[in-house]
Amino acid sequence: MKILVVTEQRQNKWNNTSFETLAAAQQIAKDTSSTVSALVIGKGVASFADELAAKNVAEVLLVEHDLLENYTPDGYCVALKQVIESAKPDLVLFPHTYQVRDFAPKLAAMLGKGMIGDCIAYKNEGGKLVFVRQMFQGKTNADVTFQSAAPWFASFQAGAFRADLVEPNASGKAPVNAVSVNLTADQVRTKPLDLFKEAKSAVDLTQAPLIVAIGRGIKAPENIPQAEAVAKALGGEIAASRPICDEGWLPMERQIGSSGQTVAPKLYLALGISGAIQHVVGMKGARTIVAVNKDQNAPIFEIADYGIVADIFEVMPALTEALEKAKS
Amino acid sequence: MNIIVCIKQVPAKDAPLSINGNWIKESDIGFEMNEPDSYALEEALRLKEKHGGEVIALSMGPERVKQTVKEALAKGADRGIHIADDNFAQLDPLGAATYISAAIKKEKFDLILTGLQSDDHGFGQTGVLLAGLLDLPHATIIMAIEAQDGKMRLKRELEAGWFQHIECPLPAVLSIQSGINKVRYSTLKGIMAAKKKEIAAITPQSLGVTIQPTQKVEKIYVPTKTKKTEFLTGTPKEAAAKLVEKLKFEARVI
Repeated sequence: MKILVVTEQRQNKWNNTSFETLAAAQQIAKDTSSTVSALVIGKGVASFADELAAKNVAEVLLVEHDLLENYTPDGYCVALKQVIESAKPDLVLFPHTYQVRDFAPKLAAMLGKGMIGDCIAYKNEGGKLVFVRQMFQGKTNADVTFQSAAPWFASFQAGAFRADLVEPNASGKAPVNAVSVNLTADQVRTKPLDLFKEAKSAVDLTQAPLIVAIGRGIKAPENIPQAEAVAKALGGEIAASRPICDEGWLPMERQIGSSGQTVAPKLYLALGISGAIQHVVGMKGARTIVAVNKDQNAPIFEIADYGIVADIFEVMPALTEALEKAKS
Repeated sequence: MNIIVCIKQVPAKDAPLSINGNWIKESDIGFEMNEPDSYALEEALRLKEKHGGEVIALSMGPERVKQTVKEALAKGADRGIHIADDNFAQLDPLGAATYISAAIKKEKFDLILTGLQSDDHGFGQTGVLLAGLLDLPHATIIMAIEAQDGKMRLKRELEAGWFQHIECPLPAVLSIQSGINKVRYSTLKGIMAAKKKEIAAITPQSLGVTIQPTQKVEKIYVPTKTKKTEFLTGTPKEAAAKLVEKLKFEARVI
């Protein structure tokens, strides 16, 4: 089998999940006696291709074009379709980034194929590849298989594989092969404009050693002071899952998850957070995770070191008191 | 501006899920509008209020899905389309999008909106696939829409706090990021008005397209734990005291 990894860079910086996907591809290749090729797409990105060539890959495909300087779904789809048709990979792997979500399903569909997105693992069941992804907001896993002929398309969730396990190239360097693509300006229908960040936030949660995070279980904004009291007694910062910030109960800068901040504090105390994937990717690197939730089947307990199955409204005041007592 | 909003009905958030092969037992649980889609509906209603036109709520699934279409009508959508399919939960993303795109082709529209992803399957592909199947430009994870002179200026969310403005011509397909707006509630007046609004029922067979499954969910299951969680029991007060003890002397993080 021939595996092709489509890597991602933006403004001269890697999206590091590219290497996680490369590590996944190398593992699948070992398991299935396959070869791995890596692909870089953009303009003026030869140095990225050189970096990939030092990894354990059979070749690096360098796809460059003036119209690929800035990402557009149309540009990427038109270009990558041609590359896939000529390189003929069996399996095309992507990191499951916002950008990949934006174009990869369409790219697969242009070739009449489906894509299994946001996978967390794969299994090799007697030569048949099974991809594992989450459903029902992380409450269940699902085993998913391809039903049509290759090429197959799949993306891996951030953190599913370890980037530091990418193997270097034993013989020094893999060949970098430039692939030319035909792309005209009229094929690119959307126009990317400025990239920007919102006003710099007052808090930097990435630097906070202790974080108390609230989820839907907090029920109403008037209950937030109870969680803030826990944070104060702990000497930590308050944070939240996306729905709380969507409601405007806490500012967006306090949001943890794929669309908010990614944190790795010493302690992450999750109050009334179910543990949907989008949240978990932002905090699973915490050294110690504590979860309080009245639902003992909440997925957050999958990753918690300590758990309390109870009503957060009973635990919060008790915990504030216990923390204050421990300090004195 | 005529807008089609694609809305999915999913199991209620607090519904206890019991697994049945590759799906869940539907008999004992409630269903509701997929929350990400409610933001797409709200955005469609706001665009209509600003630019005029019509909002069409489109949903696919078994008979129960009509209730969610009615809810969209009660909030202000002008009419509904229900692609009635009892087998909907078994379709792969491309199959579902193929049916939906065929139903959309029969309509006159300027814009198609979807939510970011569904809270059940969570494929997050429908909007992008519709754009491909209908040969329209698209953008996803949209946080703001300004429409003017046949085109839109969009604010797209990227990762790690970054955003990008994009210019996109109409007609187009947009997937809306949750939190883009504040979703309205249905009013009694809206609920009454909805009773007079039309919901067109379509069968997949009438759409004149055939689908080939590209992927299949073989089975779903509760994941096995990778980390051993130590559960602290007792009254809330006892559990809290135990936790502080553990954090101080075992994990040594406070």
